[in-house]
Amino acid sequence: MMISHQAEDILEALWIATEEKGDHGALLETLGLRPDDAALEELDRLAFVDIQGERVHLREEGREEAQMAVRRHRLAERLTMDIFDIRGPEGDEKACEFEHLLRGAVDTKLCTLLNHPATCPHGRPIPPGRCCRDAKQQGAPGVVALTELKAGEVGEIAYLSTAEPKKMQKLMSMGVLPGNQLLLKRAYPSYIFRIGHSEFAVDQELAREIFVRPGPGS
Amino acid sequence: MQTPPADSNHPKIVLVGNPNVGKSVLFNALTGAYTTVSNYPGTSVEVSRGHCEIDGTRYEVLDTPGMYALLPITEEERVARQILLAETGHIIVHVIDARNLERMLPMTLQLIEGRLPVLLVVNILDEAERIGMQIDTALLQEKLGIPVIGAATARKRGLKEIRAAIAAFDSTRRPTFAYASDLERDILRIATTLASDYPLDRRAIALLLMQKDEEVLELVRTAEGEGFAAVETAVRAVAFERRVDLHLRISLERKRVCKGVLDGVVSQDSGARTPFSERLSGWTMNPWSGFPLLLLVLYFGLYQFVGNFGAGTVVDLLEGHLFEEWLNPWAIALSDRFLPWYWLRELITGEYGIFTLGIRYAVAIILPIVGTFFLAFSVIEDTGYFPRLAMLVDRIFKQIGLNGRAVIPIVLGFGCDTMATMVTRTLETVRERLIATVLLALAIPCSAQLGVILGLLSGAPGALLVWTLCVAAIFLVIGFLAARVTPGELPMFYMEIPPLRLPQPRNVLVKTLTRMQWYLLEIFPLFIFASVLLWAGKLSGALGGLITLLRPAMLALGLPPDTAAVFVLGFFRRDFGAAGLYDMQANGVLSVVQLTVAAVTLTLFVPCIAQFLMMKKERGWPTATGIFVFVTAVAFGCGWLLNQALLFTGVLS
Repeated sequence: MMISHQAEDILEALWIATEEKGDHGALLETLGLRPDDAALEELDRLAFVDIQGERVHLREEGREEAQMAVRRHRLAERLTMDIFDIRGPEGDEKACEFEHLLRGAVDTKLCTLLNHPATCPHGRPIPPGRCCRDAKQQGAPGVVALTELKAGEVGEIAYLSTAEPKKMQKLMSMGVLPGNQLLLKRAYPSYIFRIGHSEFAVDQELAREIFVRPGPGS
Repeated sequence: MQTPPADSNHPKIVLVGNPNVGKSVLFNALTGAYTTVSNYPGTSVEVSRGHCEIDGTRYEVLDTPGMYALLPITEEERVARQILLAETGHIIVHVIDARNLERMLPMTLQLIEGRLPVLLVVNILDEAERIGMQIDTALLQEKLGIPVIGAATARKRGLKEIRAAIAAFDSTRRPTFAYASDLERDILRIATTLASDYPLDRRAIALLLMQKDEEVLELVRTAEGEGFAAVETAVRAVAFERRVDLHLRISLERKRVCKGVLDGVVSQDSGARTPFSERLSGWTMNPWSGFPLLLLVLYFGLYQFVGNFGAGTVVDLLEGHLFEEWLNPWAIALSDRFLPWYWLRELITGEYGIFTLGIRYAVAIILPIVGTFFLAFSVIEDTGYFPRLAMLVDRIFKQIGLNGRAVIPIVLGFGCDTMATMVTRTLETVRERLIATVLLALAIPCSAQLGVILGLLSGAPGALLVWTLCVAAIFLVIGFLAARVTPGELPMFYMEIPPLRLPQPRNVLVKTLTRMQWYLLEIFPLFIFASVLLWAGKLSGALGGLITLLRPAMLALGLPPDTAAVFVLGFFRRDFGAAGLYDMQANGVLSVVQLTVAAVTLTLFVPCIAQFLMMKKERGWPTATGIFVFVTAVAFGCGWLLNQALLFTGVLS
């Protein structure tokens, strides 16, 4: 199904508001829309949304499309920010342009290329696509963020992905180095992991930036 | 905590290494000096210096804060590296944890490649052996080419050997370790552009430049002058040609070299049992069992030991019996007999007398409370519990703009806010330091004040509950607001969790005594000064004037006008004020509501002079004054509100 770019953006915003923030729909004003907006009418026609006065609700019918729009956006962010290294407002802008090019299974190719990333560069989750589920089922989970590991699981550190060199330095000097075996001991309230005979605690933000290859320990 | 001036006549021994590897224990063992030995990162910001004599040679020994690598990130690490660069150590003793050889050896490598005279101490061997590790230190020494001593300093094992190695140290032996050839070419390319002399070998400087160390970059910029452009070009060229994170590349290369060095050195017996301490450690970090355990620690450590035993039993004994029944009557009689002048009698043994007020408060009320607190704190600290607590509260602390690491200055604040304000410098961002300083000034009562207030309010459980809820709520609300209005980067949390250990009685004792000594040296003069000032105020009528001035504020809070004196006392010491309140309560002039309002206001009220001066030292005049005004406004505002609320609801009436 092809819907307009504007309609996609509205779906994305609605998905974030309802699924991630737990709001009941979103106000037209917050979305920057007028009631007679063409894209909004398009979504209404498809029965993807429900407009009640000043408020728009995401309907069950529109959920998948919205989720995939969010997925494409966040994958596009990974591409522009991690691979092209375009950051800041320009990175956001380029990601917004890119996401619309990812329709028609291009997202699957990009997702596989990026090794099925779990989060966007801002740390928000990327909704998994079929490619991610397939990869998981084939027992080739690739590389995941430490936050994806369960307590008691082990993995090998694959790489550290952080924009701040200081954090990276700190992690490396503590022994969080690619190739090291790690055992996640707790995931709440902080992430406690063990490397060799030392234990470390990091918060969720840092745990998201440590990427590991899950697997049996040596 | 004072750092005596450097004594450059003696050869220096500089102790370096990660946090929690036993540097301070070794320092104590070598020098026999009293220094703070800690089991958490953050206390050894100040550098301890001492002396020792080995084989007739006198050495100066320096204990540095924990550092993870030669590239510093935190203030502690910066201080440690500063010492390495600025003080020409004759021997650098690198202390490492035997269980984590592989992780800590890269720093040894860094020290060696800096051409520093390194002696390696593989410490904590006993715990390594307990988990089935065998370390061949002789082989390690052979492979590293520097002296290597196996030790368990906390058990006094290896001390003799360390002394012997220091005496026999041959500083001309400087081994080198080769990295991959491409990396070596890059290092050489940069090192050859360096023309000046540096405290570290050029090879090490080149490596630090490749790792984008800003301080070293500045150092090179100054040292090279016009030649700096060539250095910069070389560094940039290398960074471009490699197109990888050089920092990571170097770290991985060091890891590879260390693996080679350790080959055959370490053997591990499998099948060692999980020790009890590890299970206990798990419980402390699980919120379901961790918070109940925290409550137990607080109940027994703080409430029972400090509140009941320290502030109750010991204070009763010293204050009630020793001073009130024996010393004071004796001193008063003595001064009545020998001092014909009223003003002098007042100065020594009057209402605000140096003896009857200053010394009595300091010795009989404050010392036992602070002493028991520091003892409890030291025991808990040495078990390694605080990093676990930090991890447990990190999420909550994030809400108030801090991260879990801040739990250490905050808890220390319950001992002495002045000391805690100083320790805020171990927090990483300016924003965190500011928020922690405000919270310490406002809502964290120091042990002396806490002890007195607990003692005061324990007779009225309702009042104690209201006081606890009020102070906790204000701590959270102000923290929550501060986190939203204070600009700056958000805190991140990472911390090494050391193993749980049984505290060593000697270390606990030394630490407690050192802290008590520090505390007494700092407060004694202030107590005397406060007594004199109050005495002068009383005789000249200025005190009366000030109290009259504060009267309307007291009435607004619904308190008897006399309470003004308590608040004036509070200016001098937090606990001084609280002790004044104690006196008023003992005389039965306060109702429960008044007691509660006064206790809350006084707890929130201004930091004492010493804390204010420390704030000024750490944060500067404008910030310190700002905090002072803010805290005063919040304290009186809350006191007023609380009084209205209590009167309106009639809860405690």
